[in-house]
Amino acid sequence: MNNLNMAKIQLNGNSYEINVNTNLNELLNKLKIEKNKVAIELNGTIVEKDKYLKVTLNKGDKVEIVHFIGGG
Amino acid sequence: MEDFFSVANKRFKSRLIVGTGKYKDFEETANAVKASGADIVTVAVRRVNILDKEKPLLMDYLDPKTITYLPNTAGCYTSEDALRTLRLAREIGGWRLVKLEVLGDKKTLYPNMIETIKSTKILAKEGFEVMVYCTDDPILSKKLEDAGACAIMPLAAPIGSGIGIQNKTNISLIKEQSSVPVIVDAGVGTASDATIAMELGCDGVLVNTAIAEAKNPVLMAEAMKFAVISGRLAYKAKRMKKRKYGSASSPEENLI
Repeated sequence: MNNLNMAKIQLNGNSYEINVNTNLNELLNKLKIEKNKVAIELNGTIVEKDKYLKVTLNKGDKVEIVHFIGGG
Repeated sequence: MEDFFSVANKRFKSRLIVGTGKYKDFEETANAVKASGADIVTVAVRRVNILDKEKPLLMDYLDPKTITYLPNTAGCYTSEDALRTLRLAREIGGWRLVKLEVLGDKKTLYPNMIETIKSTKILAKEGFEVMVYCTDDPILSKKLEDAGACAIMPLAAPIGSGIGIQNKTNISLIKEQSSVPVIVDAGVGTASDATIAMELGCDGVLVNTAIAEAKNPVLMAEAMKFAVISGRLAYKAKRMKKRKYGSASSPEENLI
């Protein structure tokens, strides 16, 4: 990775490139995901919705974004 | 007299809970749910598809403000996975009423009751209202209630098998001893199976595959709605005694 402003994270199991210091709110905006429809886990810990603006992502972070789908 | 289904201090009109899996698309899901009259639907927690942002969402078809979402841990084989799933579900929108299922075997999809009881205790302590999928074993059902389950959900038969209630005696034993609602979950294949569950005195029935895999899911959803109502009414009416021999319906006096 040459660009120092970029960092690779693991997003839902796939490699994903973000700008360094992107917060979770910005990540959701970029992905066009409404925050009231999802939950986010960062490195195995659930992040509460009111912390999305404060929590920023670093190289190698593992992010899981989940929502409800049809199920039994 | 209105007959409400109460669970975890919440009241619902319908005693039928429906799953939202296995449908052709969300439109069919929504139509089937509507036809079933269910107030509660089970939903699964999965990764958001990051690549396909235009993909429709379940919430766009079933409004969680008008229908109660019951997050489920289907597909979890360990307590850790189930707890993780339900904690995430709660974070999505504050859902406290949840359905726990911890599976033990991929072939039968039978619950792992040791992991299930362990998980129930933890979830109850964390403030969840846990409806628990379980085997039709009266002793383990009681253990679940003691562990803090707000509803006991014994299987009629393996998930998706459609072969109906295999052990009516056990289901009625569980109902008899439980002080929380008992809901038959899994294995219902057609309307009469749901009716039998209700005639045994169960508080409700959960159906997914029997509706989704019917040739006409929306019609089967409606059939399930009436099946549950019929079974409930029959239970409340208290059925006649069974006799070994015939008993004529018309008077035998004054025969011509």
